[in-house]
Amino acid sequence: MIHLMINHQEYEVPEGRTVLEACREHGIPIPTLCYHPALEPYGGCRLCMVEVTMPGRPPRLVASCVHPCEEGAVIFTDTELVKRSRRMTAELILAGSYNTPEMLALGEELGVKEVRFKLPQENACVLCGLCVRACKEIVGVSAISVIERGIAKKVSTPFQVASSRCISCGTCVLICPTGAFKLEEVAGKHNIEPTESGYRRGYYRVGGELDLHPDFVQDVSSLLKTQPPEEQP
Amino acid sequence: MTRLASANELAEVRERMLAGGNGSRPTISVCGGTGCRVYGSEQVWGAFRQELEAQGANLLLEYDIKVTGCHGFCEKGPLVVIRPQGILYTHVRVQDVPEIVRETILGGRVVERLLYHDPQTGAPIEQEEEVPFYKNQLRLILNLNGQIDPFQIDEYIAAGGYAALARVLAEMTPEQVIAEVRAAGLRGRGGAGFSTATKWELCRRNVLATGSGYIVCNADEGDPGAYMDRSIMEGNPHRVLEGMIIGAYAMGAHQGFVYIRNEYPLAVRHLQRAIDQAREYGLLGKDILGSPFDFNLSIKLGSGAFVCGEETALIASIEGRIGEPRPRPPFPAQSGLWGKPTNINNVKSWSSVPLILANGAGWYASIGTPTSKGTMIFSVVGRINNTGLVEVPMGISLRDLIYRIGGGIPGGRTFKAAQIGGPSGGCIPAEHLDVPVDYESLTSLGAIVGSGGLVVADETTCMVDFARYFMTFTQQESCGKCVPCRIGTRAMLATLERICAGQGQPGDIDYLIELGADIKRSSLCGLGQTAPNPVLSTIRYFRDEYEAHIFDKRCPAGVCKALITYEIDPEKCTGCQLCLRNCTSNAIHGEKKQPHFIDPEVCSRCGICISLCKFDAISVH
Repeated sequence: MIHLMINHQEYEVPEGRTVLEACREHGIPIPTLCYHPALEPYGGCRLCMVEVTMPGRPPRLVASCVHPCEEGAVIFTDTELVKRSRRMTAELILAGSYNTPEMLALGEELGVKEVRFKLPQENACVLCGLCVRACKEIVGVSAISVIERGIAKKVSTPFQVASSRCISCGTCVLICPTGAFKLEEVAGKHNIEPTESGYRRGYYRVGGELDLHPDFVQDVSSLLKTQPPEEQP
Repeated sequence: MTRLASANELAEVRERMLAGGNGSRPTISVCGGTGCRVYGSEQVWGAFRQELEAQGANLLLEYDIKVTGCHGFCEKGPLVVIRPQGILYTHVRVQDVPEIVRETILGGRVVERLLYHDPQTGAPIEQEEEVPFYKNQLRLILNLNGQIDPFQIDEYIAAGGYAALARVLAEMTPEQVIAEVRAAGLRGRGGAGFSTATKWELCRRNVLATGSGYIVCNADEGDPGAYMDRSIMEGNPHRVLEGMIIGAYAMGAHQGFVYIRNEYPLAVRHLQRAIDQAREYGLLGKDILGSPFDFNLSIKLGSGAFVCGEETALIASIEGRIGEPRPRPPFPAQSGLWGKPTNINNVKSWSSVPLILANGAGWYASIGTPTSKGTMIFSVVGRINNTGLVEVPMGISLRDLIYRIGGGIPGGRTFKAAQIGGPSGGCIPAEHLDVPVDYESLTSLGAIVGSGGLVVADETTCMVDFARYFMTFTQQESCGKCVPCRIGTRAMLATLERICAGQGQPGDIDYLIELGADIKRSSLCGLGQTAPNPVLSTIRYFRDEYEAHIFDKRCPAGVCKALITYEIDPEKCTGCQLCLRNCTSNAIHGEKKQPHFIDPEVCSRCGICISLCKFDAISVH
């Protein structure tokens, strides 16, 4: 067991836990965007920053989703520095996704008053990488990946054409926090047809016609611990 | 070539070379560094062959004509050094070759017009080592660059190469090697300055625990204006190999990689050739020099992403994954390439290792300052007279580096600042010119030693534009994985572009400081954590320039096009029409022999008119 202090209180956590896991287990709130309990941590959104001080070392900000719990660490999850960092990061996310309701709500929660910089092109995709990791780690298909670099980075398929590896399971769509994911672009239009219930996702075709059982969609949703998006008319 | 089965056989190669006159034979060494090649040194080399042949066939036997690695004095290329006299000729063109052969080679006289002339006194300097640029340096890593043919392993051996390796394998335990490196005080030359011995020790411990591990040479040099790693690999690749083999022995690794960017074709070729030759001699492979130690080395080509110089991104790239960093811990020494303990060092760090083992830790530790030992190579570029590669002991003052070695600022202009450490570093203004160049002193001023890029700015450099340039670079090179670096650097760049375009607003400076501090604190890897440095340090030292741009809509250095106008002084203008005829945007009007004027609405501020005017009649406001 590892002993550490979080917000002035002592905790004992099993070895191998990240700071975020330890905090969530004890009900200490930390905002996240790219974290998902079913997936390997990524450390990309930088919203889960916390202040960590090791004995004899100056305090520093670390991403709690990837930072391991260390013996003797003194952790603060809501100092002014932490809040300022999260606020600025949320503002930067809004610079690209300034009309996305989920991100606007996030910005409000973290105290963003004003978005001082906006990218010329709005994009609901916040590059959290959940879809890419879910496709790889849960579905085991890796039909999608990030391509390009820096500000041009985006999620796409090899050569940016409809992927023959995509099985149109819809996991990427279910896990996307902003509804940015367009399955048509990945699977190709011919692979996606509305089902009887009008639910467009979770349908795939290998050789002939094969409906994906709605239970599978439910299974994936429960695995991802998120609710499936509302049915589209 | 036959395998060398022992240290004695290595010594025999050396003795054979020396007996054959290597190192003492008359030699014409032509710089074959990339810079001099661009100036046409390959043709110069060919011309020497032709000319010697034309003058008598036996001359070719008497003289060695060598294409060496970069000599460092790139400003004066192509460079030719005649040995044993040690005469340095600068700016040698093909048409100069017959004269050099006739006068110097055959006649024993010096061609004065090709010598280096002291800019102050105008006096010619004959000897290479007497030229201030070389005289004030301490060239330990670069010393053989201008002397040996990088394609010939025997020449490196003749110069004492691989002797340190032979001694290490025969006489020292891995622990002793690490202790020696620790006693020398070597710190990582890639930028962070972490203790090399500590890194090795950690890696060795993990290699012993898991049974295998790797070492990597980080040759993904990518800073604007920095090219010392390339020059070392081009000019003396065997020293890098020797350092790596010693390191592998110390850490117990049996496989190594050199991660080098594909844009360095010459360095790749030289390094590959060196690896092949070392393998033929049995310096790589099984039972090196008759010892039970095995080690293999191969080259991995990178595609030129700056972020792949970051250790974890480099590992991802070698493994064939996207070159993105991952959070640490675990550190590469714990879990690196394919999950094995991995040690990554910069080209300069590896190259320092044979020097330490050959000359002793005490000798190495006597160079430099109490905390920063040995020498550092800087590539000095920008507004400076002697552009080139400079190797100096740690702790030398910036003033000495820029004035005594760099030859000062061209055109008699004044020094304004030096950007040290490339796009991750910061600028040091004139008031801190006497700062000793070492890890701690530079860090305290907001710059870093970094990988050794040194860009000099003078009074005609706009510091906002200067910061904008470096921000453009880091913004383009951000991998985009984490938010602060991906969007934050873009936001900083957009703000700087706005300020340069005359649309700066009150609050912009505070925004840059706030955003920059946040990017530094919360980015995932070293690229983002250092990207705001050029902006923050220019604000720290040149806030007045930022304010002039934002509040007065004025660029004090006369650089930012939106904030300057070109004007013709009617008193001085003779109406010669030279500017009018050459204006790219037809912005200049006026009758012949009448004063001209520039239409600021049409003028594109290209500056051609200023460079053409013979009467100094055009000025920038």
